[in-house]
Amino acid sequence: MLRILVIEDDPEAAGYLVKGLSELGHTADKAGDGETGLQMALDSRYDILIVDRMLPRLDGLSVIQQLRQAANHTPVLILSALGQVDDRVKGLKAGGDDYLPKPYAFTELQARVEALARRPKSASQVETTYTVGNLTLDRMAHSCKRGDVEIPLQPREFRLLEYLMQNAGQVVTRTMLLENVWEYHFDPQTNVIDVHISRLRSKIDKGFDTPLLHTIRGAGYTIRDTAH
Amino acid sequence: MTRLTRYTRTTAFKLSLLYLGVFTVLSAGLLYYVARNTDHLMSEQVVQTVDAELKGLSDIYVRGGVRAVVETIDRRSRHPDASLYLLTDFAGNALVGNIARLPTMVLEEADGGLRRVRYTRMGPDVEDIERQAMVRTFELRGGYRLLVGRDLGDQLRFSNLLGNALRVWLIGVVVMGVMTWVFVSRRVMKRIDEMSATSRTIMNGDLSGRLTVRGNDDEFDRLAVNLNAMLGRIELLMQSMRDVTDNIAHDLKTPLTRLQTRVETALREAKGEDGYREALESVLDDGDHLLRIFNALLRIARIESMAPGADMEPSDLKALVLEIADLYEPLLEDEGGHFEIDVSDGLKTVCNKDLISQALVNLIENALKYGHPENGSLIVSLSAKSDGGRIVLSVSDNGPGIPEAEQDRVKDRFVRLDDSRTEPGTGLGLSLVKAVARLHGGELRFKNEAPGLTASIDLEQAPGQDGSDHERHDGSDKTGIPTA
Repeated sequence: MLRILVIEDDPEAAGYLVKGLSELGHTADKAGDGETGLQMALDSRYDILIVDRMLPRLDGLSVIQQLRQAANHTPVLILSALGQVDDRVKGLKAGGDDYLPKPYAFTELQARVEALARRPKSASQVETTYTVGNLTLDRMAHSCKRGDVEIPLQPREFRLLEYLMQNAGQVVTRTMLLENVWEYHFDPQTNVIDVHISRLRSKIDKGFDTPLLHTIRGAGYTIRDTAH
Repeated sequence: MTRLTRYTRTTAFKLSLLYLGVFTVLSAGLLYYVARNTDHLMSEQVVQTVDAELKGLSDIYVRGGVRAVVETIDRRSRHPDASLYLLTDFAGNALVGNIARLPTMVLEEADGGLRRVRYTRMGPDVEDIERQAMVRTFELRGGYRLLVGRDLGDQLRFSNLLGNALRVWLIGVVVMGVMTWVFVSRRVMKRIDEMSATSRTIMNGDLSGRLTVRGNDDEFDRLAVNLNAMLGRIELLMQSMRDVTDNIAHDLKTPLTRLQTRVETALREAKGEDGYREALESVLDDGDHLLRIFNALLRIARIESMAPGADMEPSDLKALVLEIADLYEPLLEDEGGHFEIDVSDGLKTVCNKDLISQALVNLIENALKYGHPENGSLIVSLSAKSDGGRIVLSVSDNGPGIPEAEQDRVKDRFVRLDDSRTEPGTGLGLSLVKAVARLHGGELRFKNEAPGLTASIDLEQAPGQDGSDHERHDGSDKTGIPTA
């Protein structure tokens, strides 16, 4: 369960977000303008902040900047109706951690919020080995094993699996994969990611009893051990 | 605004006034110069004549004495156009000459200098009027004083002539200036009023109106032609906006209607939880599709409104193309095709990397969707070549191509050729490529290769083909913020 603060001036959008997040089992508060939002974020501990860029009184980017100046490092997901490349860069430079252009699908937001919450808070928390079921990925040795079987991976497949395992148990969307594994910030119309996933799947799941890499319809993919 | 200020405020009035001023000053200057020089020249002549006569007379005096001088002067004075002479004895009594009256002090100061005096001429035919002359007095031995001078009548008449000419000239210039101004301002004001009236009609909503072009290729014609071109562009933009609106209505209506139908069907034919789940998931897919259309539209609009040069950096095209190929290789292989890449090393361009990547992706996706040959496997060629200062980035397939008549149309928003309507897609891919190419000062071009289609965009070549410090991130940076 996460404590989430939604700073959004449109009451309907804020209400929709809070309701959706609550249904997922999170606790969500809302603030209607930048100043209130900043005050709330500074006063109590939140796990995630969702900040709209255009806010009355104090705009979203200023909220984030002031928050970071106050040494508050709560992960921030920026929402924006402007939604294009340069705005994304501006948002991230201001101290945001992720950026989601409006209009967005709620599943996309959910996946990003959960990925943000799981992000290691500091470098010392970064694990060198990821394990899901009997699949292990050694980031130092750049090797991947399922049980005792060594699985050879291409560099890009390694990055893909690494990102999936970093978010093990969580849904990651195709857009998130494209952004984090390939660093592209646009939506292709074809199922280009699916092909990469199916290749990866054929390497790590083929010939084993329990599949680990699952497709979540309408959302994306997740890697998890269903046996547990 | 009164009628007068309306006229005096015009450019024509101000220009006329300025020209009038400049012209008057210049003409006055010229006339003054002519007058001064002529005067100088004539005075010189007077001095020379007077000096020569004085010298001659004093020679005669030396050789023949007073009598000879008196005789010579008496003879010379009878000429009507003669110089002025006066010879006096030591007591100041006039012995001979043709001067009736003269300021006496002139004779007393026999310093040899030339001076201007008023005098009256002697003689029956001459009326008793004062004239002006340049005279010089010379003292002869024996107390005689000899005065020789030249009348200044000619010189003064010439000055008067010039003065009169100047006055007439000035009046002429002012009259001409006013006439020019009236003509110009009437004509110009008329054209401008016409143009204003037409513009107002156009502003009031009739975008099909155009300014009159007289055909004499003057500055108003050029202005009118330019304004008409601008109006044409505005009309075109309005038209395309209307088209887009219509297209949006149509292209969004289809998935929305489908979505609604699915929901209605699910509600009517409730088949337990699984049935609902299935319906909801397909509704989600439709929603995704709608979102994609919206995002693509927003993105195109945003690219079209971006300032050229914004967020651009020198990029290595080879790396960019190889990374895209790396992303699409598996998909292409699954379809039984392969890439052929022809990009030379060190080809650098100043571009917005993200947008160029997306343009390339859109072209590759089009090749994947529509570029399959009837027989054999799909080959997608990616190439980048330097061509006359520009870099031409192209994506070719070996499929059926696009009929030439349709090649321009497919670049428009939502245009999908009939054969392709069955393929998934928004019909916005090429519009985006076109917008990206335009942002980079280039164009999207198609060429049928029989077999196959080559789509290319041209980009600016980076100045000085080095700049290796702008390599792409190696993928360890999660956010992908450009280092620039």
